[in-house]
Amino acid sequence: MQSALSLRLAHRIGPLPLKLAGAAALAVLLAMPALHLWTDPASSLHVSAYTLTLVGKILCYAIVALAMDLVWGYTGLLSLGHGLFFALGGYGMGMYLMRAIGHDGNYQSDLPDFMVFLDWKTLPWFWQGSEHLAWALCLAVGVPGLLALVFGWLAFRSRIKGVYFSIMTQALTYAAMLLFFRNETGFGGNNGFTDFKRILGYGIAEPATRATLFLLTVLLLVAALAAGFWLVNSKFGRILTAIRDAESRLMFCGYNPLYYKLFIWVASAMLCGLAGALYVPQVGIINPGEMSPANSIEIAIWVAVGGRGSLIGPVLGAGFINAAKSWFTVAFPEYWLFFLGALFIATTLFLPRGLLGLLRRHKENA
Amino acid sequence: MQLFKPLLLLLLLYSGLVAASPLAELAHADPADRAGLITQWTVQADGPRRQAVAALEEGRLFSSTDGNHVLLQGVDGKLSDVDNGQPVAGDAASLDTLPVNNSVRSALEAFHAASDLADPERSKRLSAIQALQDSANPGLLPLLLSRQQQEQDSQVKQALLVASSRLQLASPDAAQRLQAIHTLADSADPATQTLLAPLADSASESDARVRAAATQAVADIKASQWRYNMLGYAFSGISLGSVLLLAALGLAITYGLLGVINMAHGEMLMIGAYASYVVQNLFRSWWPGAFDAYLLAALPVAFAVTFVIGMALERLIIRHLYGRPLETLLATWGISLMLIQAVRMLFGAQNVEVANPSWLSGGWVITPALTLPYNRLAIIAFVAGVLLLTWLALNKTRLGLFVRAVTQNRRMADSVGVPTGKVDMLAFGLGSGIAGLGGVALSQIGNVGPELGQGYIVDSFMVVVLGGVGQLAGTVTGAMGLGIVNKILEPSLGAVLGKILILGFIILFIQKRPQGLFALKGRVLD
Repeated sequence: MQSALSLRLAHRIGPLPLKLAGAAALAVLLAMPALHLWTDPASSLHVSAYTLTLVGKILCYAIVALAMDLVWGYTGLLSLGHGLFFALGGYGMGMYLMRAIGHDGNYQSDLPDFMVFLDWKTLPWFWQGSEHLAWALCLAVGVPGLLALVFGWLAFRSRIKGVYFSIMTQALTYAAMLLFFRNETGFGGNNGFTDFKRILGYGIAEPATRATLFLLTVLLLVAALAAGFWLVNSKFGRILTAIRDAESRLMFCGYNPLYYKLFIWVASAMLCGLAGALYVPQVGIINPGEMSPANSIEIAIWVAVGGRGSLIGPVLGAGFINAAKSWFTVAFPEYWLFFLGALFIATTLFLPRGLLGLLRRHKENA
Repeated sequence: MQLFKPLLLLLLLYSGLVAASPLAELAHADPADRAGLITQWTVQADGPRRQAVAALEEGRLFSSTDGNHVLLQGVDGKLSDVDNGQPVAGDAASLDTLPVNNSVRSALEAFHAASDLADPERSKRLSAIQALQDSANPGLLPLLLSRQQQEQDSQVKQALLVASSRLQLASPDAAQRLQAIHTLADSADPATQTLLAPLADSASESDARVRAAATQAVADIKASQWRYNMLGYAFSGISLGSVLLLAALGLAITYGLLGVINMAHGEMLMIGAYASYVVQNLFRSWWPGAFDAYLLAALPVAFAVTFVIGMALERLIIRHLYGRPLETLLATWGISLMLIQAVRMLFGAQNVEVANPSWLSGGWVITPALTLPYNRLAIIAFVAGVLLLTWLALNKTRLGLFVRAVTQNRRMADSVGVPTGKVDMLAFGLGSGIAGLGGVALSQIGNVGPELGQGYIVDSFMVVVLGGVGQLAGTVTGAMGLGIVNKILEPSLGAVLGKILILGFIILFIQKRPQGLFALKGRVLD
């Protein structure tokens, strides 16, 4: 019964007012970098570097939420490890950014500062080639993809699902966090990567670089939304929802869910990796804290608040919660966790379809 | 000859005086020989010798201004000549005391230790033996051997045996060395390994039989050390396993019953630990005389608090999410966030200090290589007790019967009149209460802070995954197995890599047994 509703939801996302709102939001997002670059800082139209970075960050989260919706909202696999894929993508990009610092670090060495600090003489093997952006991007997408492939294959093959699957993914990200906290792992330990200087030769803090990264994020989000809609409305997408709602029946019909699950799981992880790769140059830091289980669960609540199985809802949810977070943590830092906790409870109790479901119900009642 | 006569006379006179007064002997001994003299006396200490040594040690011996006489300062502060006891005028403050150098100092230590050997207090005898065996003075051997005959306490006797054997190692007699090696090989003291090493070496030991025995003994000690290390790891593994068990027991019950993961379960541990903190503070301010008993009082408090919180959670939130386990997981995570923040605001973000009662400090020394701390032993015993009570509750009570029935087939149980809602609520309370008791145990071995429970949820769920639900034996096996493997991997791989390896193992394990080690057989398919 869930599937029918949410499928209809996905189809009905098309009505005119929503389309108009979406177009308006896209226009605003596309205008933001231009307003940042070409308006006078004193004018009221100017978009500050802070705002641009904040919105860019939230857009990256929105991409992650979208990827999460593909596996949770449509396929019914609640991942508590998407923060890991996101962080791995960020680390891939971070490796390139660390190498791009060149001799401008504190120690004026070929090696990144933290390696000099650890008294390492040569680059570890997995850092080879990271001075090329293209290879770093391959890592940022490939490593989460590969990890998801191996883990997913093992998990789906033995038909682990439900809370078992969730907790296994949480254990995965927890273990990875512990691993990345160690200095010997070779990723800067506790401090992670920071103090980036440039990307492809352009200064990382220059307005033009910021604007470009922002635009790329918007484009990735739009492309991911488009691809997502196409995917979930295809026959493939229908099988995914069937897996979510009645996996046993689907198997009795002769489908093997393994490869469907594996495909969407790996694709989602790679999308997260890409989002992480765009996130790091914008915020300028990546550390193992991104892999903490709490971060990954927060992704789930973005999706739940926005509305599962609607693709657009999670994007809105990520935007809403992160905007609330950046306001709350400044205004009432002590109450943010209460708010977030209450949001978790209230959403699951009273808003099973999220904000988008609320809109829809309102419309149906009217 | 004429010339020598006065000299001879002097010598005779001198030796006569020496025989009369140990004080004079010590005072006139060459500074370089003084340590040797004291060492010699160690074996034949008597009253005057003790007094002489004490005078030297207390700095009451001075050399006179001309350097020919040694003056003793009496208890009254007056000076007298040590040779004839005649009072001498003068001020002690202007004179130099006889020097006490390092070799004299260590000889003095051994001298006192020798007299302590017969001390009625057992701990004093033991430390005296320790001091003597460190002094490595072969002259002490007869003393140690004779004490060995008189000693009643078996542990002290063993220590004497080890100490005398260590001295015998330096004996010129190969048979004695051999005997000593055999004695030491049995003692399993890690320190003897370095003592025996030179005797196994052909450069420093000529006798082939001694060498062979020493080599064998070193190997034996290494092997026994390895055994004790393994025992030590197994013990800390069992103690970690019992903590995990307390955390996982409630989780396994509620997961088996409702099929939901309570992410706030770790916070029940945390609340239990804070309950013991509060009880401790109450005892400290109102009833300091019975402070050692606070822990016993904390147990029912922690259980009651977490029992009530657990039931409230079930009634207010989890009940409304039945059939939606993933949402339950998220909602309980929200609860855990709020509980953590609430505790942080009430008690501060820093760790609070929970003291061990005096009967839990210290440890049980099994051998020098293996000490079992009392707090860990107490936790293991406590967990065994909780386990027994839980088993009784699940298998011998009506509620337990209902819990098992609902776990196996909820709808069928419902149909035959089991009040499933009430059972859920009580079982949830029980699971939370057990976690609360676990929190009291945790407060005795680790830091108590708002994030205490966060680290346990993943581990305790791994226990449930490994052990399967519905049977206590599965949870026990899972917890102990994880605890022991964790502790055995830790020294060689480090804690982090060990954890990752275990996670990898569990992922591979559920390939073979998705239902855990002890699965209930069923024919249900959704």
